[in-house]
Amino acid sequence: MKHCRSIEELGKEGLLRLIDSTDQMAEINRRPIPKVPALRGKTVVSLFFEDSTRTRLSFETAAKRLSAETMTFSVSTSSVNKGESLRDTVETITDMGVHAFVVRHKSAGVPWQIAQWTNASIINAGDGAHQHPTQALVDCYTVREAIGRQSFDGLNVTIVGDIKHSRVARSNISAFTMLGAQVTLVAPPTLMPAHTNQWPVRVSHSLDDVIASTDVLYMLRLQSERMDQGLIPNLGEYGNRFGLTDLRAQRLQPSAVVMHPGPMNRGVEMHVDPADLPNSLIHKQVANGVSVRMAVLFDVLARGAEVNSLKEEVVA
Amino acid sequence: MSVIISGATVLTESGEQRLDVRIDNGVISEMSASITPSHGDVVLNAQGCHVLPGFVDLHTHLREPGKEDSETIETGSRAGAKGGYTALVAMPNTTPAQDSIPIIEFVRAQGRRAGLVEVVPSGCITIGRAGVALAPLADLARNGVTIFTDDGSGVQDPAIMRRAMEYSRELGITLAQHCEVSALTAGAVMNECSCSSEMGVPGWPALAEELMVHRDIELAKLTGARIHFLHLSTAGSVRLVREAKKAGLPVTAEVTPHHLSLTEELLKSFDSTYKVNPPLRSVADIEALKEGLLDGTIDAVATDHAPHVKRDKELPLDQAPPGMLGLETALGVVLSTVPLSVAQLTAVMSTNPARIAGLSERHGMLAAVGRPANLCVVNLDAEWSVNPQSLASKSTNTPFVGRMLRGKVRHTIFEGVVVVNEGVAQR
Repeated sequence: MKHCRSIEELGKEGLLRLIDSTDQMAEINRRPIPKVPALRGKTVVSLFFEDSTRTRLSFETAAKRLSAETMTFSVSTSSVNKGESLRDTVETITDMGVHAFVVRHKSAGVPWQIAQWTNASIINAGDGAHQHPTQALVDCYTVREAIGRQSFDGLNVTIVGDIKHSRVARSNISAFTMLGAQVTLVAPPTLMPAHTNQWPVRVSHSLDDVIASTDVLYMLRLQSERMDQGLIPNLGEYGNRFGLTDLRAQRLQPSAVVMHPGPMNRGVEMHVDPADLPNSLIHKQVANGVSVRMAVLFDVLARGAEVNSLKEEVVA
Repeated sequence: MSVIISGATVLTESGEQRLDVRIDNGVISEMSASITPSHGDVVLNAQGCHVLPGFVDLHTHLREPGKEDSETIETGSRAGAKGGYTALVAMPNTTPAQDSIPIIEFVRAQGRRAGLVEVVPSGCITIGRAGVALAPLADLARNGVTIFTDDGSGVQDPAIMRRAMEYSRELGITLAQHCEVSALTAGAVMNECSCSSEMGVPGWPALAEELMVHRDIELAKLTGARIHFLHLSTAGSVRLVREAKKAGLPVTAEVTPHHLSLTEELLKSFDSTYKVNPPLRSVADIEALKEGLLDGTIDAVATDHAPHVKRDKELPLDQAPPGMLGLETALGVVLSTVPLSVAQLTAVMSTNPARIAGLSERHGMLAAVGRPANLCVVNLDAEWSVNPQSLASKSTNTPFVGRMLRGKVRHTIFEGVVVVNEGVAQR
């Protein structure tokens, strides 16, 4: 695989391959010294035009555990502030000899644009409200680990919140659907994208209607600027209708799991303390983030011989 | 020394005729079955071609003054001449905007200096296109400005638009509206559709256009003033204009070649070449626009030629400026897309836009002895593909690269002078 930019580009086969190889990476991460030489000599640059803590750190940790060199680019200290164009930035970094760009940008489509200007691989770490494929990989891997089976057939996944502006939702809708789950979206109409009737999902505007039949409850972060844009009257009303309250948490099936991509807005979409939830996967999501990103980096950067040597490493 | 067009089919008041055409001193001096050239005459081979009145573009962004790195009046004029145009209405969203006599005179002078087409500056409806205070419509009209628009944006305030229409009615000018209720299109990148939802980008709903079309039709009813609708893009707009015309209201409308031929799905590539305002729409919209053009609801094809430098089009899709080139490909795209007769083609590319822009005394006239020689010679069957490197425009943001188009301009004659000969600009 050359790039990892969207779930659609990965396809079901790619998705399953990466989830399987995440198991191997997780094994490495359980070792006392979680580091293998698989990507020695490879250079990975994180090109983050938008703030991020967990995604950037988990990519950099993943690269280091595979012994790749890492470079970090952050907009606040770069020539972008001197008016350098995206193209010039990418070409300049390419000239330094990098093998992969991990890109986050507030504009949808940037990972595709960048691919025109470099031969390096592109890993999408979030483009606008479009895609965040490694988060969806993390989430699918985490659910598979929790339910203990390969297929998601018959699994009811409910995604709640600001679907319209969420790249996590878009990637997860594709990924969970590809693996056989039935996805239901829950949001006020103003936070639902137009034309979702053409998506392979069910749509509801009431969390209360669907919570009892949910197997995976996926809560999205609500940004307070949605209120300023007039998309919701206020955060309190939103929380009352779409937040995970104690009462709603009690209506979850005992087997149901709760997820959140972070960072959480406590008191808005998360009223209940996740520590009080018996089946919260929120910490698992973060922990699995490193393994998944190792799998992605390895898939994108390793070639034949290196794949075999890693297998030997893992077996050893 | 004359210019002689030899071997063509000429569209005349009495239909298509096999005629040679002689031009002297800017005027058609002879039309007959065979004209024998004298020594020194310029002979244009027009075998297999049609002689039509030069095209008139109601909607060209020439970018000068202000954005000369993307186009100048000279390069845009050359692109126009190569596309068979003899008159271009220059949109007023220059820097500074075309809201005062000195700027209008500057644009005209640059057009005359280039000498390739007649550059017809439009005036702003409001000062600085800000939508707040009326531009000096009467002063500009007295200085020969015939068409006014705030194109680039619509006049948002209905009270300002009402005043503009009331004030303009007795001036004999045309107001042209860019129909977009901007409150509904904040940050919009493309048509609001399932693609925009999948891509996670803000959509530009058809409603934003149709609300303003509806408003201005009602204002035309109230004030009796003429209104021209720029670049219509939705089926709903076509319906509204059709109804308004049926009711006898003084409304006219144009459509661009790209809205007749390209759909919203192209944006899935995140290629900003396809970003344009109003955005590319659905197949159903295209069908309605074609129908509107064929049944006369839409009067004219206008290019909305909008050059942009590469570095601007290389910005992320949501930041890249909207717009695409149009002048050099318009004929080919229209003929490849809509089944128009020669007479219909002439009406929508030349006669009607000349009338709307108040240019009928010089442009859009079918060939006849004594009339000004603003003509184009076109091969309606020639197939060609678009090579961005061979465009005369200073920019290359055409969405038609590599497409096979049918219909090619062979010669263009402006004020009796051959400005394009065998597809090559002579100035």
